[in-house]
Amino acid sequence: MNLQEKVVEIRGLKKAFGDLEVLKGVDLDLYREENLVVLGKSGTGKSVLIKIMVGLLTQDSGSMSVFGKEVANLNKRKLNELRLKIGFSFQNSALYDSMTVRENLEFPLVRNEKNLTKKEINLRIEELLDAVGLPQTINQMPSELSGGQKKRIGVARTLILNPAIMLYDEPTAGLDPITCGDINNLILEVRERYKTSSIVITHDLTCAKQTGDRMAVLLDGQFGAVGTFDEVFPNADDERIKSFYDYNFINS
Amino acid sequence: MAEESDDRKPLLSKKLDKFFIGLNDAWIFVKRFFQEVFLPPYEFKEVVHQCYRIGVESLPLISLTGFIVGIVFTNQSRPSLSEFGAASWLPSLISIAVVRAMGPLVTALIAAGKVGSSIGAEIGSMKVTEQIDAMEVSATNPFKFLVVTRVLATTLMIPLLVMYTDFVALMGSFLSVNKNELVSMSTFFVQVFESITFLDVTSSIFKSILFGFTIGIVGCYKGYNSSKGTEGVGRAANAAVVMAMFLIFIEELLVLQIVNAIRGA
Repeated sequence: MNLQEKVVEIRGLKKAFGDLEVLKGVDLDLYREENLVVLGKSGTGKSVLIKIMVGLLTQDSGSMSVFGKEVANLNKRKLNELRLKIGFSFQNSALYDSMTVRENLEFPLVRNEKNLTKKEINLRIEELLDAVGLPQTINQMPSELSGGQKKRIGVARTLILNPAIMLYDEPTAGLDPITCGDINNLILEVRERYKTSSIVITHDLTCAKQTGDRMAVLLDGQFGAVGTFDEVFPNADDERIKSFYDYNFINS
Repeated sequence: MAEESDDRKPLLSKKLDKFFIGLNDAWIFVKRFFQEVFLPPYEFKEVVHQCYRIGVESLPLISLTGFIVGIVFTNQSRPSLSEFGAASWLPSLISIAVVRAMGPLVTALIAAGKVGSSIGAEIGSMKVTEQIDAMEVSATNPFKFLVVTRVLATTLMIPLLVMYTDFVALMGSFLSVNKNELVSMSTFFVQVFESITFLDVTSSIFKSILFGFTIGIVGCYKGYNSSKGTEGVGRAANAAVVMAMFLIFIEELLVLQIVNAIRGA
């Protein structure tokens, strides 16, 4: 992790849906090769934050700068250039269910790197399926895969464009504890192998502890605490953070 | 893209506002289609795939329906014509009815039900499971891949299906005429081709292109704008059929007025 080099800088970010204010002036930085975990209860705007980062949503006010570029000010072409540097792994994997695993991985690749030969495309796909440990699924349909396998293929699909930033939206949601552990290891392996900076959105503290260099806890539309796991959780003063910790590690 | 709620005060009434906003959204959607259809990259492979799904996979249903329509219409028309001793006009009557109206209309209504609902449900389900967002964030153009290809495919395939339906319906009619009036195939088809004019054929093709475009664009629009999970997908599929059928009847009426005006001139 390089604490000198910021890849994402968020300042005073606000977003509301009708009367519901979700983000109320959020500040956050992501550093190169850092794994930053954003924690919070459901509906606190964690996913909204990363959707603004890739231009799927636009903020009401404030700044979201990625690699020094203000996302909201980018035109379609510039936004697509930026999107190529960001891999977005969706909560439900969002695999294209009418395509095989191979076609899922091929889809973004052939549309963004037009000079590749068939051999190079196949090599890249096989390499990534090996990296996520699922080479045997290459000709399977998404409906034939388990939840954990879908997550892995989803990650492989985002990695195929060699992103510099990975965004994981609830990577362990709905998975059994063993598969959660596998996914957590995959997140760490991806950082090691591809030198990515990552934001992991989760409410799973085990995932947070295993994968995160820093934690940022979203409470009532603002970050209540930012720091390492030990700085934020075990001796938290804020009752809401304390209860979050207790629920995950004591009650569950 | 996630749904953003609208808390503005209504200008007219909530329902009227919603109607006009919907109309504007639909117009923007259609405009975007015409902007993107001519711009590269072209998704030829997907257009061919959709043509196969829409055209070839509809053939069994279209064949059966067209054939039955031909037989039923012939059998229903026979008593009235026989009353005036004009049963020999059956091939002429059937050919005019089939080519001018029934072929395009029956094909379009079946396609609206089969193809329109499938497009609405497929794109709607992709929308609610974030597959469209996944395409967007990987810097590809989901509109081009999903909408342009499907609308092009319906616009190309419905006219071909209409011609096929016309042929099958006429074959059904021939079987009935042959059995009852003992008319040979050559006599039947000579009468058929003598009755239909160039204007009948061109207006039928023009109508079919319009119907095909309508089925595709309505299905895609409803699917692309679906929300509220699986319930929204069902609604999108249903709305795609209802709206397409409604527009097809209006278009039929408008084209009929135009063709009649040309015929009268």
